[in-house]
Amino acid sequence: MPEMVNLKINDISVSVEAGSTILDAAKKANIKIPTLCHHEDLCIAGNCRVCVVEQKGVNALKASCATPAEENMEIFTNTNKVREARKTIIGLLLSEHNNDCLHCYKNGNCELQSMAKDYLVDSDKYISILKNYEIDRSSPSIIKDDSKCIRCQRCVRTCAELQDVNALAVSGKGSEMKISTFMEKPMDYVVCTNCGQCVTHCPTGALVEKNYIDEVWDVLNDPSKHVVVQTAPAVRVGLGEAVGLDAGKSYTGKMVTALKMLGFDAVFDTNFSADLTILEEGTELLTRLKDKIENKKDVALPQFTSCSPGWIKYIEHEFPDILDYLSTCKSPQQMLGPLAKTYYAKSMGIDPKDMVVVSIMPCTAKKFEANRPEMYSSGYKDVDYVITTREFGRMIQQAGIDFETLKDSECDSILGKHTGAGVIFGATGGVMEAALRTAYEIITGREVPFSNLEVTPVRGLEGVKEATIKIEGCKAEWKFLENVELKVAVAHGLSNARPLAAQVQNGESPYHFIEIMACPGGCIAGGGQPMPVNNNIRKKRTEAIYNEDESLQLRKSHENPEVKRIYEDFLEKPLGHKSHELLHTTYTKRKKY
Amino acid sequence: MTEINIVKDAVKKHGRKRESLMPVLQEIVKQENYLSEERLMEIAKEFDLSSAEVYGVATFYSFLPVKPMGENVIKVCQTIVCDMKGKEAVLDAIKDKLNIVPGQTSADGKFSLMAVNCIGQCSNAPAMLVNDKPYINLTYENVVKIIDEYQS
Repeated sequence: MPEMVNLKINDISVSVEAGSTILDAAKKANIKIPTLCHHEDLCIAGNCRVCVVEQKGVNALKASCATPAEENMEIFTNTNKVREARKTIIGLLLSEHNNDCLHCYKNGNCELQSMAKDYLVDSDKYISILKNYEIDRSSPSIIKDDSKCIRCQRCVRTCAELQDVNALAVSGKGSEMKISTFMEKPMDYVVCTNCGQCVTHCPTGALVEKNYIDEVWDVLNDPSKHVVVQTAPAVRVGLGEAVGLDAGKSYTGKMVTALKMLGFDAVFDTNFSADLTILEEGTELLTRLKDKIENKKDVALPQFTSCSPGWIKYIEHEFPDILDYLSTCKSPQQMLGPLAKTYYAKSMGIDPKDMVVVSIMPCTAKKFEANRPEMYSSGYKDVDYVITTREFGRMIQQAGIDFETLKDSECDSILGKHTGAGVIFGATGGVMEAALRTAYEIITGREVPFSNLEVTPVRGLEGVKEATIKIEGCKAEWKFLENVELKVAVAHGLSNARPLAAQVQNGESPYHFIEIMACPGGCIAGGGQPMPVNNNIRKKRTEAIYNEDESLQLRKSHENPEVKRIYEDFLEKPLGHKSHELLHTTYTKRKKY
Repeated sequence: MTEINIVKDAVKKHGRKRESLMPVLQEIVKQENYLSEERLMEIAKEFDLSSAEVYGVATFYSFLPVKPMGENVIKVCQTIVCDMKGKEAVLDAIKDKLNIVPGQTSADGKFSLMAVNCIGQCSNAPAMLVNDKPYINLTYENVVKIIDEYQS
């Protein structure tokens, strides 16, 4: 039994584990204390002071997020003194803040704004000392506007603790303190991975995604353009929140209907190309294993997954010497783009120059990825515009669509069918699970030896997960794998990826295959998903993903009929000539410092 | 290649643990007058820190400039006692003599002026440092004389 501490908050008795803060205790007593710098994903900062409370018998107010609960404490969260202090703090924050809320991208979804609303701060109490900051729009993914920054440092802690990237740091001091990149360089120059976790952790509009909503409306309204759209697996489990519904439900059918109502000419599914990825990436892994074990060749193993563009840019900066270990497969987004502009365009008799591929992603790094110079394998820009789940939600609202009442519809053929394996790409461990479902069956002709195909060791929110699968009863052509113990690892959040990458760099990795997703929880909590994000929400979205997988008849990528057809009609075979041309890519060494 | 050794030597002397970062930064400033972009990157590499983090540490301290400094660096205390005892006269004298305000370097590159926080001379305010040598009980007139000395 953990040691418990008993205290009273607003005369309500509450008992919490020793080491809990006053804020934790208040939460347990269902009392809300406002916070700004606090975020449950991050370490305690205690710098904004807006969570102050009064303790009986103590003169100074205490920051509840940073003060441990103690035995017999009597805390009051709503005294005049507390309210006045909070009002002063919010007023001072606003005096340095760009208060042009009506034109702000975060209007209506800003923690500072909502606090100002609750506390009715006088507008003329403090003079504005807002400085003239230049907005950094250099990155294709993220806009940084220091005039809206309240220096709570949630972004800095996110970049350091969750991602171990440290592209953002606190510079200067006192009134000169700000959140900086190295030497105030533009965001597109520094080691930023574009993961967007700073965006989902920013309480204000200081860090937001670069939005392409108007560009997408423009092409939708251009009759000369054939506009196709793809949606990533995680979008359907985040979209509900983006249009004001509760977390934890998947809305594939309504989402497809909404896309058709917005005017897209064809609605495809990135789940389809996720299935395709499994065929390509699984075959790549088996080829590497064969070269290593049977042909005794010196090949790069373990193989890293390559679906997460935040992870790709991270490894390019941080571990440029081990890029050979990355699967050469493009991400599902970048596989669908060139297939739409070649295979689909040809079958429909559409000139690819008149085609626009829009993709809707839970991710800000995908915006960067679509702009990479390698991503023109169709002869055109493979994916023209990338918008986040949040931007998509806004388009639905602009269009006046009552999302909740929509009927379900299905994606268009031939890049629209998917299996459960494609769906689970959205959660950490999902790519691994999907790959194992297919690879094991290719090798042995039998289903992966887990009940109901659920590879449970790679599921869940633990930072690094491992599994070992003994391969037995191989088919003749895979005999070299007989009795091999396939060792796999899964990490999410780049700070969890680092030790696995370091092992590879030092030649000490015990694994054959490693899945990395840049964002904690995987794409379901990507930098483009609705806010707020915390582990409770991550769990709900993950559950929705696995429920969708379970509800589908086809749950193995190699059983996807459209994937089979595209190999028969067009691609010939995994890792074939056409695949190499359209579905595989190369990586770039980047500077770490 | 002697240039790269400045950082390597400093690291050899002070170590590469996180707590050695400050002495290494100070050492480079002592030798080169400021912390250039290249030096900050070299230091980040030595300490296996992000360059943004090293930049963040350096910019917190007035004594760790990240912009090139003039031959002589004047640091005028701006904290409350010096402010009350006539810091403005000190800055006026420097402005009249060198035509610079805090944050600037004179056109001939001979002097840089910084406004810094308390330098521990409150009892002798106002005070300033020139190349880390303290000057106390300053007036407009004696600041003019001090600058004359450095100019001659």
